[in-house]
Amino acid sequence: MTTSVPVTELGPADLSPPKSFLEVRDLRVQFATDDGIVKSVDGVSFGLERGKTLGIVGESGSGKSVTSLAILGLHRTRSNAKVSGEIWLDGEELIKADNERVRRLRGRKMSMIFQDPLSAMHPYFTIGQQIVEAYRIHHGGSKKAAKQKAIDMLARVGIPQPSRRVDDYPHQFSGGMRQRAMIAMSLINNPELLIADEPTTALDVTVQAQILDLIRDLQEEFGSAVIMITHDLGVVAELADDILVMYGGKAIERGPAEAVFRTPEHPYTWGLLGSMPRLDREVRDRLNPIKGTPPSLINLPSGCSFHPRCPYAGRNGDRSFTERPELTGTTHAVACHMPPELRREIFIQEVSPNL
Amino acid sequence: MFAYVVRRLFNVVITLLVVTMVTFGVFFLVPKLTGSDPALLYVGKTADAAALDGIRTKLGLDDPIYVQYGKFLQGLVVGRDYDAGPDTTHCAAPCFGYSFKTDQEVWPYLIDRLPVTLSLALGAAILWVIGGVGAGVISALRKGRAADRIVMTTALAGVSLPIYFTGLVSAAIFCYWLGWLPPPGYVDFAVNPLEWATNLLLPWITLAFLFAATYARLTRANMLETLSEDYIRTARAKGLRERDVVGKHGLRSGLTPLITVFGLDLGSLLGGAILTETTFNLRGLGEATLTSIRQNDLPIILGVTLFAAFFIVIANLVVDLLYAAVDPRVRLS
Ligand SMILES: Nc1ncnc2c1ncn2[C@@H]1O[C@H](COP(=O)(O)OP(=O)(O)OP(=O)(O)O)[C@@H](O)[C@H]1O
Ligand code: SF4
Ligand SMILES: [Mg+2]
Repeated sequence: MTTSVPVTELGPADLSPPKSFLEVRDLRVQFATDDGIVKSVDGVSFGLERGKTLGIVGESGSGKSVTSLAILGLHRTRSNAKVSGEIWLDGEELIKADNERVRRLRGRKMSMIFQDPLSAMHPYFTIGQQIVEAYRIHHGGSKKAAKQKAIDMLARVGIPQPSRRVDDYPHQFSGGMRQRAMIAMSLINNPELLIADEPTTALDVTVQAQILDLIRDLQEEFGSAVIMITHDLGVVAELADDILVMYGGKAIERGPAEAVFRTPEHPYTWGLLGSMPRLDREVRDRLNPIKGTPPSLINLPSGCSFHPRCPYAGRNGDRSFTERPELTGTTHAVACHMPPELRREIFIQEVSPNL
Repeated sequence: MFAYVVRRLFNVVITLLVVTMVTFGVFFLVPKLTGSDPALLYVGKTADAAALDGIRTKLGLDDPIYVQYGKFLQGLVVGRDYDAGPDTTHCAAPCFGYSFKTDQEVWPYLIDRLPVTLSLALGAAILWVIGGVGAGVISALRKGRAADRIVMTTALAGVSLPIYFTGLVSAAIFCYWLGWLPPPGYVDFAVNPLEWATNLLLPWITLAFLFAATYARLTRANMLETLSEDYIRTARAKGLRERDVVGKHGLRSGLTPLITVFGLDLGSLLGGAILTETTFNLRGLGEATLTSIRQNDLPIILGVTLFAAFFIVIANLVVDLLYAAVDPRVRLS
């Protein structure tokens, strides 16, 4: 796969101009709270081309949403957030750009589909008013023309009787319809980068499949770059060109979707695969899903932050406990102290048969 | 929306009926049950036996309760006669009672006092809504900074200082010491709008200060909550300007809960008016209430009570309709 630039080439000291449409370099997001500094994203780098899809997976709290909000510059309004690193979108650096510049890109060049469409839409404005607003912020023009665009877009995302439903309020839509409306709103300005943050979590299985198909169709039509965030490795394996696995605010495995899904090399990714529901196996035959709880982002465990939960932590002497593993490898990069041969062997011998 | 309005109007009629029953019960039934003579309450302790008998016949105090309530209702709707042979007193609809002590109908007496209280209430309400909401929004946007602290400290003073204190102190400063304002009084709006306003300014501010404090705190809390909602993040993600995010999306839902509070406050305003009117020597409904209580003039007390109760019910109706207009989830459910 010739999609994105290998992550390892993009260190923080790398001053070379960006090669990809979207390039995130050493992104860090920290929140000052009463309990201490929360390191929600801690040195994440990746690249993404137009027309391609990057899947970001990881447990709850691993920093997926915080990463995507950082790209849209939505931490700027929070006084307790500190964002550093570089985000290059189409040759333009966004972290140092001024507020007004980023605002103009938001919703137009880059837009976002949020997880829960009921809480993400304003309860007091109609679906139409909200889409019309999204369009007119960037294009102006008459409300009437914008409303016609909104109706067309609602039809495009599969809302029946769009010219009537456009005047409904969000609570009058079903969950699946609301998510379609949300997608219509995100796509109204033909964004070049679309971030879908768990777009199907709130929906039932059949609707999930429809929404994912819809996003894929629209991506082909508009040629946008898509970041698809999810808990579900299965979804991402099907939709994404590349996969980034996050754990405790760090990227711990990254590579072409096929490679990460078929021959994952990080013990955490094995755990994610093990916790995927499968119809053809009894639960008790399966590999144990990851034991223990996600790490505290205020006091990350020493060394590899996965070590308290990793069955293989003892195989590297002290290193897993004392030294943070770097993400290494070119196309398929992994952050683990075990040598690559050992990881592949363990996967084939011990993990794969139990999946 | 139409069905909703009809349903609410129906509720209002029922509520008003219940209000008359309760008021009637309190003023007519309770003295009867406790064995005190209601006729005595109508004319005062010095009346002789003949006068008492006359009143008793006039009011029909010896009739069964339902007959009395019936006449009471009839008076409200079509008016009634207090009839004792040749000596008949007419009370036109809506008959809120007749004060035999001062020999006048209650309703015209109240209506006569109404403009003062209404002027006081309206002016104060406008001031406190604008001032309280404005201060609350600023406070929310500057959370934790100097402006926030100043507003919240002032608000704390506002809710804790009694009206007669702030009223008398500000009157002393602005009217007598600095001489910037005329001493409070009431000039009819139709006579001289400017004097109407300058004369009422101090009472307005005093009354508004008390309420504005609550509004500032409520607005601040609501705005902070609203601004952390997901749909506000969506508005920002669309690329909306921050002032529209706050001014359009934030205010719309941040202020909606205030409608309810505003309705309740309008209803309870009479309490504040009593203090303000006595503090500033204004002859409005509040002052009328106080005087009638002092003079034990039962029909006027009853009239004011009923009037206030009706006002509260109507204020609630207005609030509900406003709420339905603002929040689509209410009118559609
Ligand atoms: N404004 C904030 N202040 C403090 N901590 C925050 C803030 N926003 C996020 N966090 C923390 O950052 C961490 C990462 O959150 P994030 O929302 O990115 O997780 P996620 O991977 O999207 O999880 P989920 O799958 O549940 O959506 C969490 O521990 C969260 O508590
Ligand atoms: S570095 Fe050690 S603890 Fe971390 S994943 Fe690899 S083996 Fe497990
Ligand atoms: Mg999330």
